[in-house]
Amino acid sequence: MATAAVGELGERENYLNREYGIKSWLLTVDHKRIALLYLAGITFFFFIGGFFALLIRLELMTPAGDLVQADTYNKLFTMHGQVMIFFFLIPAVPAVLGNFLIPMMIGAKDLAFPHINLLSWYLYILGGTLMLYTILAGGVDTGWTFYTPLSTEFLKTQVITAALAVFVAGFSSILTGLNFIVTIHRMRCPGMTWDRLPLFVWAHYATSLIQVLGTPVLAIAIVLVALERLLHLGVFNPAMGGDPLLFQHLFWFYSHPAVYIMILPGMGIISEIVCCFSRKRIFGYTAMALAVLGIAVVGFLVWAHHMFVAGISIYAALVFSILSYFVAVPSAIKVFNWTATLYKGSITYQTPMLYAFGFIGLFTIGGLTGLFLACLGIDVHVTDTYFVVAHFHYIMVGGMVMAYLGGMHFWWPKISGRMYPEGWGRLAALIVFLGFNLTFFPQFILGYMGMPRRYWDYSKAPEFQILNVLSTAGATILAVGYLLPMTYFLWSMRYGEPAPDNPWNAAGLEWMTSSPPPTYNFDEEPVVTWEAYNYDEIKEEVPVAQ
Amino acid sequence: MLENMPFWPARASAAAGNVDALYIFLVVVSALMVTLIFTMVIVFAIRFRRRAGRCAEQVEGSAALEITWSVIPFCVFMVFFVWGASVYFREHTPPRDAAEVYTVAKQWMWKFEHQEGQRELNELHVPVGRDMKMIMISQDVIHSFYVPAFRIKQDVLPGRYTTIWFRATKAGTYHLFCAEYCGTLHSGMIGWVVVMEPRDYQAWLSGGGNQPLAVTGQKLFSELGCSTCHRFDTQGRGPNLTGVYGKPVLLEDGRTVMADENYIRESILSPNAKIVNGFKPIMPTFQGLVSDEQLSALVAYVKSLGQSQSEQTGARGMATATPQTK
Repeated sequence: MATAAVGELGERENYLNREYGIKSWLLTVDHKRIALLYLAGITFFFFIGGFFALLIRLELMTPAGDLVQADTYNKLFTMHGQVMIFFFLIPAVPAVLGNFLIPMMIGAKDLAFPHINLLSWYLYILGGTLMLYTILAGGVDTGWTFYTPLSTEFLKTQVITAALAVFVAGFSSILTGLNFIVTIHRMRCPGMTWDRLPLFVWAHYATSLIQVLGTPVLAIAIVLVALERLLHLGVFNPAMGGDPLLFQHLFWFYSHPAVYIMILPGMGIISEIVCCFSRKRIFGYTAMALAVLGIAVVGFLVWAHHMFVAGISIYAALVFSILSYFVAVPSAIKVFNWTATLYKGSITYQTPMLYAFGFIGLFTIGGLTGLFLACLGIDVHVTDTYFVVAHFHYIMVGGMVMAYLGGMHFWWPKISGRMYPEGWGRLAALIVFLGFNLTFFPQFILGYMGMPRRYWDYSKAPEFQILNVLSTAGATILAVGYLLPMTYFLWSMRYGEPAPDNPWNAAGLEWMTSSPPPTYNFDEEPVVTWEAYNYDEIKEEVPVAQ
Repeated sequence: MLENMPFWPARASAAAGNVDALYIFLVVVSALMVTLIFTMVIVFAIRFRRRAGRCAEQVEGSAALEITWSVIPFCVFMVFFVWGASVYFREHTPPRDAAEVYTVAKQWMWKFEHQEGQRELNELHVPVGRDMKMIMISQDVIHSFYVPAFRIKQDVLPGRYTTIWFRATKAGTYHLFCAEYCGTLHSGMIGWVVVMEPRDYQAWLSGGGNQPLAVTGQKLFSELGCSTCHRFDTQGRGPNLTGVYGKPVLLEDGRTVMADENYIRESILSPNAKIVNGFKPIMPTFQGLVSDEQLSALVAYVKSLGQSQSEQTGARGMATATPQTK
């Protein structure tokens, strides 16, 4: 029985206790240790980005710009965006959970290129250091979007180091994607055919394609911004015959697919969790796998829906509007399939499942409001307002961060060898859900009322205040909800119950090795003879929480 | 009904009602969708919670269901698309006889110049019931002209004109926001749109004693020496500009371009970019010699050529600005 705790933890050799010392971490090529190195990095940046967010919300509690200066405010939302997107959201699930789990899920000893995996962490840290330098050297106020010619000709802040930080972190992302693609193609154990892959792996495969194909375009755009600033090339500067919209096209060609880099891995996590806690095979496996690939491919063809009022032709706007609706269909398919998976299941409400429920709800709202923005007639009114801010936070925070936290709770026993406290876990999930909705739902209404985003001072429009106060109140609750898991995860590393190998009686190869796993994941190479999510063959239920 | 609803923006243009109707339709459909999904998730989660003596029953996926829940949402999406596109098309097709306001945006202010010659800063006066076309350009970074009460927004770019139009329907004072982040005082780049009854507007117009924009342009046209080559016969070294606006122009390289505001502007600043068929590239550039305001006047003048005298002097449009208030 998997419920029987492994008593001799600490005696059995695993990836954590095999070697000690700082060198054994900084020079490791073990994908699991590298995942933990990433975990430290992204957690650090998550709290930096969160701190900036909290200052933004405090400033907006009153209409007047009274807490910080205008320039400081502009730096806060810029650095909040850059830190959260490039140093938290994009690497969060792939580089931590993907890194940790993909080799185990496909029955491999490690990724295809362990040294490149370590290199990508160092690139991430180098990019992160440049970002920190940018922050400490006075910050940057371009907006995370670096729009030209504001970023190239007008601002006096640390634009080049910020651009360089994003550029370097981009290579980390490309290398991770490349590593995953090769690993998934070449390293699957005997019997692990493509149609037996967990959807988590499919989601990362699709994500990796975007990372490898899209990120270079961002790199080009960002290098051109830096060169334009230094050498005044005239690529984007209309005074020299350049075109500022060219930058927007290049930028969104990556940055729209980047939204799917941030959400697809989250969808992978939700598929794993929903199946496990309803003891069901996923409903519509093929449709689910095709949906992530569909999103990845069509996601490359919708970038100019960020530019409906930017001065593109009305015919271009029509094409990008209809393509945006195409990409919404696979997302709808996924939501319906998760819901259908619950049908006739045997459902328990452990913390990961609560996050999965939260994800489905918030992603549904985030997705549906995306349809408003794809709708040309409505987008003209609500783009660049708080409606957009609310929409993408429902996807990024309501979707991705919920999925990330759900995944962290689900696999924490495997990662750390310890159980987190279930009661606290459920409480935190509830707080996050409530705090999130209170923070961001009022922003939809604010947006339709017409409050533009990136406004430091709205004293000429005091009618916006009530909703802003609600939003700020929600943000403080949300902050508590995020601090809790961090605290009890740390606590559990020392005081948590030792975790059994398979605390949830879950399907999947990662649960068939010990917790924490040995350095090479499996004592002997597994051979797979079953489909993914074979919950029809696993008769044990999820053990009831203490 | 929505007029007095809290948390709803004022509705003061012909387009606002269309956008609101579309928005409410999407809200209703989305609310149905959310209710459907949330109900299913909650009902399943409760009904199929774990109970002693009951195991999960495996249900195989179903291609018919997958197709159903792909095709039905897709059809709904297409309704959103077509309706949204038609609203957008109307917003972007200004009526030909719309009164024009030349707008120059810069960090961090709005400058408006009416075709009748009135100039304003951060305030835009418009009458009820008249079609107004904004012809906008930025002197520095990208800005965005946003009037929530009209439900319209258009980015204002450096280097070329963008346009948007509206017809105000209700007198009042409404927010004007810059909606594209433009540096330090982005949130200070705001102002008011004052919608007036036609009679009041007429009084406001006659207050300044300004001369119409096209007349200013006409003076510039001769002061800058444009008129020596661009003569009103076939003998000039440059093309005769009478009636050129809004018509296709055949170029030297065989292409045809529409002579819109951007074409006229480009022809002044970069005359050699597009050479009219049958002429030589002899015109000097006026880049740096004319300001954006002077360019507005020149463009307004060239556009007025070939139109009747009454239209040229800016009196046009007022006859049609009879009250349409309901």
